[in-house]
Amino acid sequence: MSKKIYGLFAVIIAVATVLSACGPAATPTPAASAGGQVEVFSWWVGPGEADGLAAMVKIFEAQYPNEKFVNAAVAGGAGTNAQAVLATRLAAGDPPDSWQAHAGMATFAYANAKQIQPLDDFYAKNNLNSVFPKSLLGLISIDGHPYSVPVNIHRSNVMWYNPKVLQAAGVTIPSGGFASWSDFFAACDKIKAAGKTCLSLGPEGFTAMHLWENVMIGTLGADKWSGLWTTPATTDWNGADVKQGLANFATALSYTNSDASTLSDWQPASKMVADGDAAFNIMGDWAYGYFANPAPNGLALKPHTDFDWTPTPGTQNIFVFLSDSFVLPVGNKNPQGTLDWLTVAASKAGQEAFNPLKGSICARTDCDQALFSEYSQNAAKDWASNAIVGSLTHEVVSNPAWKTQIDTDLKLFLASAHDAAAQATFQSALAADCKTKGAGACP
Amino acid sequence: MFRSFRFRPTQLILAIVLMLVGSASLYYFSGRDVKVGTTDLTSLGLLIGGLVFYGGILVIVSMFENETVLSIALLLPSIVAVAIFVYGFIGWSIRVSLSQWQGLRPDYTWAGLSQYYNLFNNDPRFLIDVRNTAVFTVGFIVGCLVIGLGLAILLDQKLKGESLFRGIFLFPMSISFIASGVVWAWLMNPATGDRLTGINMIFHLLHLDFLINLWYTNPQPWGMAFTVIPAVWQLSGFTMALYLGGIRSISDDLREAARVDGATEFEIYRYIILPMLQPVTLSAVIILGHMSLKIFDLIVALGKQDIRLDVPGIYMWDTTFKANNYAQGAAIGVLMLVSVAILVVPYLVQNMRTETEI
Repeated sequence: MSKKIYGLFAVIIAVATVLSACGPAATPTPAASAGGQVEVFSWWVGPGEADGLAAMVKIFEAQYPNEKFVNAAVAGGAGTNAQAVLATRLAAGDPPDSWQAHAGMATFAYANAKQIQPLDDFYAKNNLNSVFPKSLLGLISIDGHPYSVPVNIHRSNVMWYNPKVLQAAGVTIPSGGFASWSDFFAACDKIKAAGKTCLSLGPEGFTAMHLWENVMIGTLGADKWSGLWTTPATTDWNGADVKQGLANFATALSYTNSDASTLSDWQPASKMVADGDAAFNIMGDWAYGYFANPAPNGLALKPHTDFDWTPTPGTQNIFVFLSDSFVLPVGNKNPQGTLDWLTVAASKAGQEAFNPLKGSICARTDCDQALFSEYSQNAAKDWASNAIVGSLTHEVVSNPAWKTQIDTDLKLFLASAHDAAAQATFQSALAADCKTKGAGACP
Repeated sequence: MFRSFRFRPTQLILAIVLMLVGSASLYYFSGRDVKVGTTDLTSLGLLIGGLVFYGGILVIVSMFENETVLSIALLLPSIVAVAIFVYGFIGWSIRVSLSQWQGLRPDYTWAGLSQYYNLFNNDPRFLIDVRNTAVFTVGFIVGCLVIGLGLAILLDQKLKGESLFRGIFLFPMSISFIASGVVWAWLMNPATGDRLTGINMIFHLLHLDFLINLWYTNPQPWGMAFTVIPAVWQLSGFTMALYLGGIRSISDDLREAARVDGATEFEIYRYIILPMLQPVTLSAVIILGHMSLKIFDLIVALGKQDIRLDVPGIYMWDTTFKANNYAQGAAIGVLMLVSVAILVVPYLVQNMRTETEI
């Protein structure tokens, strides 16, 4: 018996010795200013976006050979899963060296919790105040202090379509896009008659809210949409405009695929358009890379012949934007590494490497347009000329708590019969959310 | 305790070595990050260092040759760990649920029972969760018990290849709920028309079109009832194993006696086997019930966060990590704990009583 116990102790000692022996060999030297690991947290794991990140990392590792990039990406749901993981790490006092955050209210939540630092010096040193558009700088700053480094600009209000399906059903899109949702519904009736799904939709994770915001913006227009989110709110959540928007949303749902809630993410819904099962899909312009990039990360389709795009109905001169940005944390392990990463993310070379692959346009205004796809070149022109409004789904206009509450009410509506009574319930819930979770001052 | 102290030099040397190695390891791993690739070994190193050091103390304690002291010393680390990591955190969750904590920074301002009040009075989503949990729990337990008992009785007929069948029936239990949720979401795809697929497709190919249905997207509560299918598929084999063990432990003498008295096989099951299986049923209900009351993974994989299939676990995750509403998330967590406790505690109390009687 006692022999066995001694044997056990011997094993423990052996294990401990081996651990302490192999520990130092496998350990890089502790982070000094000269280099170390830079752990960057994002939700860029999908086709297109992962390639863009890899291209930017290549530049980073060439410019800073002493720094080692550690990719801490988490998949799924337009970042909702990643944010949950990040929240636990921040709560545990173990922040990554930088993380991806949607520019706007999403970043301010971290700033208000004193988890990230202002970047005034960094902006001055890299001369960023003159290369980012003024409208964008206003949205990423609190009292004039910028809190994040935007890498890209995405457009939310893009409607992708299959020209062959439209042709077969005898539908033509007016130049510049459908002027209103009722025009779009008339086209949908023709497509339905031709035996196809008019509007493909993905699961409730974020694609339903993405559709909802585009229906609302197409109905309300740019000014009234922005007025929903100001303090105090200048657009009445209980008003007739919102009511009409919700009615349009209910009608739009009646043209969607019956298995929307069972699809795994947004890609299968976009693929329905590529496969010719559906005519239209409303998704941000990250879908361009999915359609056009070569396999295995894309469908290798030809623009204008296999797929095409138009602004969502009622948003011809509106640019609904979102922007991915990186932040400078408080109390991370390698602060110099973070600044090095931010320098690459903000640089012309970094953004020119990242954005063509991601299918977004540069946050900087001085990128070489020849590097970009035809779609992105058009988007860059619209970004310069259109009315700019922020996306709700992608956390530009509202704080996370408000957005989550709207999402719950939206899902309750999706589970309902979508009739007038359900629309009224949805609208009063939205008005209540504005008071309890939003600005508080709501008409 | 000093009466039986026996000094053994080898043990003393062992104790000193263990404590030295332990403290060296603690010193090495504290105050720096030790990583192999991206895997952080710091906590593991500290844990092992601490345990090795404690091993040295145990060796010294063992020299006193007092069993009570030694057993207390052996149990102490687990007792401390459970006290902190289970009961300490339960207490902390209760405290958070009574606070106003919303946002990324802790806020322990007292809010009384308002989180609980709001969940039951102003929150349509939580009421959906309660109803869905009730439907799922009842369907899951009844399904597993009926199918499990049926399979056990079939296997009890001394048929050839019994162990093969037992393996087949038990096999689904080895699959994680996430994986089976993904697969069953494909099988139970509710799409109709051109996009027909999964089991509905099989029905169509067999010309059984009247069986094609919407599965878990049916109007409630029937939609939720369909989510029971994968859960029962996974755990009815486990229930079968419990019952089969119970049946096999019933002495053959009883059956023989009943047969001599003229009982039919059915009567033997009805009046002898089933009543004697009652304790097994109770255990099965408790094991299955505590799983279904805190179900999360299966529903998340199956329902893709469709609110019609929402359960408290999903709501807790949403409100805590997406809306940063930690107080409400903690309140939902505490309610889930209470619901499981209502099921488990009476059983534990009864068990302890019977054990003391023995």
